[in-house]
Amino acid sequence: MAGLFSLPTNENPNLETTPVGDADMTNQNTALLSLRNVVKHFDISGGLLDQLRFSGGRIVRKHTVVHAVNDVSFDILPGETLSVVGESGCGKSTLARTVIGLYRATGGEILYRGERIDNLNDNGMLPYRTRMQMVFQDPYASLNPRMKVREILEEPVRFHNPGISDADVRSRVADVMEQVGVNPLWGVRYPHEFSGGQRQRISIARALVVDPEFIVADEPISALDVSIQAQVLNLMMDMQEKRNLTYLFISHDLSVVEHISTRVAVMYLGSLCELASAADLFGTPRHPYTQALLSAIPRIGGKAAGHIKLSGDVPTPINLPPGCVFHGRCPHANARCMQEVPKARQLEGGALVACHGVEEGRI
Amino acid sequence: MAGLLKRFRQSYFLYSFLRDPVAVTSFALFVILAASALLAPVIAPHNPFDGANIDIMDAETPPLWKDGGNPEFLLGTDNQGRDLFSAILYGMRVSLLIGVGAVAMQACIGIMVGLLSGYGSRRLDNILMRIADVQLSFSSYMVAIFLGAIVQMTFGVGRYEQVAVPFLVLVIGLAEWPQYARTVRASVLAEKKKEYVEAARVIGLRPFRIMWRHILPNTLTPVLVISTVQVANAIMSEAALSFLGLGMPVTKPSLGSLIKSGFQYFFSGSWWITLFPGVVLILLVLSINLLGDWLRDFLNPKLYKD
Amino acid sequence: MQPLLDVSNLTVKFALRDTALTAVNDVSFTLGRGERLGLVGESGAGKSVTGFSILNLVSKPGFIAGGSVLFEGKDLTRASAETLRDIRGNRISMIFQDPMMTLNPVLTVGTQMIETILAHKKVTRKEAEAIALDKLRKVYIPSPERRLTQYPHEFSGGMRQRIVIAIALLTSPSLIIADEPTTALDVTIQAEIMDLLLELCQSEDMGLILITHDLGVVSQVTQKIAVMYAGGIVEMGDTGMVVGEPLHPYTRGLLGALPQCADKADCGLADVAAPRARRRLNQIPGSMPSLSDVPRGCPFNNRCELCETVCTTTRPLLEVKSDGRLAACHMVA
Repeated sequence: MAGLFSLPTNENPNLETTPVGDADMTNQNTALLSLRNVVKHFDISGGLLDQLRFSGGRIVRKHTVVHAVNDVSFDILPGETLSVVGESGCGKSTLARTVIGLYRATGGEILYRGERIDNLNDNGMLPYRTRMQMVFQDPYASLNPRMKVREILEEPVRFHNPGISDADVRSRVADVMEQVGVNPLWGVRYPHEFSGGQRQRISIARALVVDPEFIVADEPISALDVSIQAQVLNLMMDMQEKRNLTYLFISHDLSVVEHISTRVAVMYLGSLCELASAADLFGTPRHPYTQALLSAIPRIGGKAAGHIKLSGDVPTPINLPPGCVFHGRCPHANARCMQEVPKARQLEGGALVACHGVEEGRI
Repeated sequence: MAGLLKRFRQSYFLYSFLRDPVAVTSFALFVILAASALLAPVIAPHNPFDGANIDIMDAETPPLWKDGGNPEFLLGTDNQGRDLFSAILYGMRVSLLIGVGAVAMQACIGIMVGLLSGYGSRRLDNILMRIADVQLSFSSYMVAIFLGAIVQMTFGVGRYEQVAVPFLVLVIGLAEWPQYARTVRASVLAEKKKEYVEAARVIGLRPFRIMWRHILPNTLTPVLVISTVQVANAIMSEAALSFLGLGMPVTKPSLGSLIKSGFQYFFSGSWWITLFPGVVLILLVLSINLLGDWLRDFLNPKLYKD
Repeated sequence: MQPLLDVSNLTVKFALRDTALTAVNDVSFTLGRGERLGLVGESGAGKSVTGFSILNLVSKPGFIAGGSVLFEGKDLTRASAETLRDIRGNRISMIFQDPMMTLNPVLTVGTQMIETILAHKKVTRKEAEAIALDKLRKVYIPSPERRLTQYPHEFSGGMRQRIVIAIALLTSPSLIIADEPTTALDVTIQAEIMDLLLELCQSEDMGLILITHDLGVVSQVTQKIAVMYAGGIVEMGDTGMVVGEPLHPYTRGLLGALPQCADKADCGLADVAAPRARRRLNQIPGSMPSLSDVPRGCPFNNRCELCETVCTTTRPLLEVKSDGRLAACHMVA
């Protein structure tokens, strides 16, 4: 039966170990979480009949694969906020879900304090469930509408602490509710009785009740209004200070990312373009895509014109372009960019950039 | 408790119910029918199953308001002299029992299969859904006729009377569970993509717990809606089977077997033996269906209102 | 000179079981020919309803309870269905957040554009096609001849929004109402669409009402801003002044809540109380009241740090403050 309930395993785990890049060597022992050449593909070919194609006079079976995350490596250091930014479809949410174990990586390794966690089964993963938690995007969909807030918050505590007394559970939940700014007396209400901001607080409380050290936040504020966004961001920063949390923060809002991050990773079409400290990346963006992205931020009082115009559309992740995934829209692309996939290289100052142009000093 | 009652009184549910005259009428009708069926032993002037009470001399007495009507028999009597009014009350009891029982069985099987199919792996889903397809490709009457013939043969007509109710529950229940399985599976597929299910997985909960505690309660709305329709359908199926002689025996009549028993006298003037059970059957099924329609509209306002 | 659009004391209500909720409360503004106005606010502030009610498009159970909308001198709240039909999509065009609200998925883009032209103008099919091609070029759609024969699903999100803008331009309207036109799009695409809208408004001398929650976008495109809260306008004035030196406590709170203003001093919020910790953002406590429990007096009083007794009893009116700007607050001079 266990096999029938495993995660949808339509991929063929290709778990060969790959040599760790130079850039990652320095952090190997101190990293809280390390991603090594993580790949995530989704097979969307459907049933056998949908896969059959007629080509060249023969019927062939064709797999349609979405290349959501391609060969991404980086480390997350304890206590930092590492943000992943990119436009819709760039694979940032998939990356978050692969890290937390909701998806199984197609290739590569994920290490938590030096231990591999990407190949663990449900039982093996269990000890990590209290150390890594997740906060979701949609405050309306992320809380079970049929459970009272107290039930939602008590469930993880009871599950991970079998034999804990009712009084202990109550006090622990009340504690966390207090911390996130939700009156514990409201625990008897259902989620729909709360506003979006309060729901997101409850969602954060659910992640915090098991006392984790690492939180993956997938666009936690993008569904909220501006004034509420500030409240939730402040709460997240307060909690980080108080509980010494590490965040993997996924967002498309660059000005939010600039404000809260220690380091920022920019993704495009499943690949990592650039990773640098927030000040560095926003001050001197190096990758042409990062430059275009930053110039498009609608700044208060800024002028609408003056951003870098990218030609063309984002290609689909089903048929990735050869070479650098960005070459079709890049103003600096040359012949090499069309053939050779750029490797992330560390520059002086610590920034990682995957671009031939930067490497050759053209940009 | 008082608070709950107050909340119910102020709820949108009650408000929109009271504003819909069709819903109120059908609900009232259903309550009257169901209550009189449940209270049959108290209300009915005669016990149609008590042989000592039946006098063959009273057979085919017309209803009260016709010539030759007997005040003792409000709606007249059938060909064996049973009081038709009492027989209808008892018969409705049997029909409702089979209807609700069969639906409970359909729901049990269907919800289980639907949950497993929707939340399990693609292979399990394929297996279960193909079984459901096969089940649906048999007409439920065919299954019932086939099995009914076997059961009647093995038990003999005398013993069949005792096993008839559970047998019909089983047959109608088995025939229609794919309806539930498909509905539940569809909503499980929709629910399992939602973030609260992912949150439960990140907590580390086991699949069965996620299915049971998190997904199932959120799929019950459509289940509630199809349940009303399915009860009506099951009552109709039972009536049809009984009419064909494969359901309840005449000695323990349901509405369907009452209709059948009077059918042969229909054209010889004793129309009431068939007509009254028929009218009651229609009213019962209609009221349940109308209630179901209202419930569906209420729960899916976007889908069905302009 | 007569303004292009003159909205005065517009009030929109939604009928409920036994009460009516006020979604738009006594909103007045004017828009000159070729002028661009931003309607800014958080969800539930009534900005979209205001946009819809300009075209008298509020759907049941909502209704316009008072006020007038004068478009080129005609009062749209009292106009006949025929007049409205003639104005909608002809003199005033609307652009929505979801392009598929405008586009029909089963018709080619060309068919939809040509039908729209034929419905409003007396031209031949050939001429209509020429107009359509011209507009597609104006919104920088590459190879427009081929694109005319394609269906909406063959376009990317940004391209679809361009098509919608092209359709909005077909009849050379004098006003475009854009309701969150770029909210569903990525930042790079958003920047392009906003560029395009700005450029078209300038070259075609069109008025624009841009409804959005994004102060950054508004500040780049519009000349005037009206900030809405709980159904009413709380501050209105020149864009530079509103984002540079906000008067109303809500506008100040809203700007202060933006990370880009917390990091940089260039948002003119020097007089806002310094945040507790360096990285903390200024936050407005609480959330916007739902329409059914807007507080008495000033609707913002329960979240406002300047709140005094008068704010809980009297609703402040939108009035001219010292620097010529309009604000609805008892506490600012």
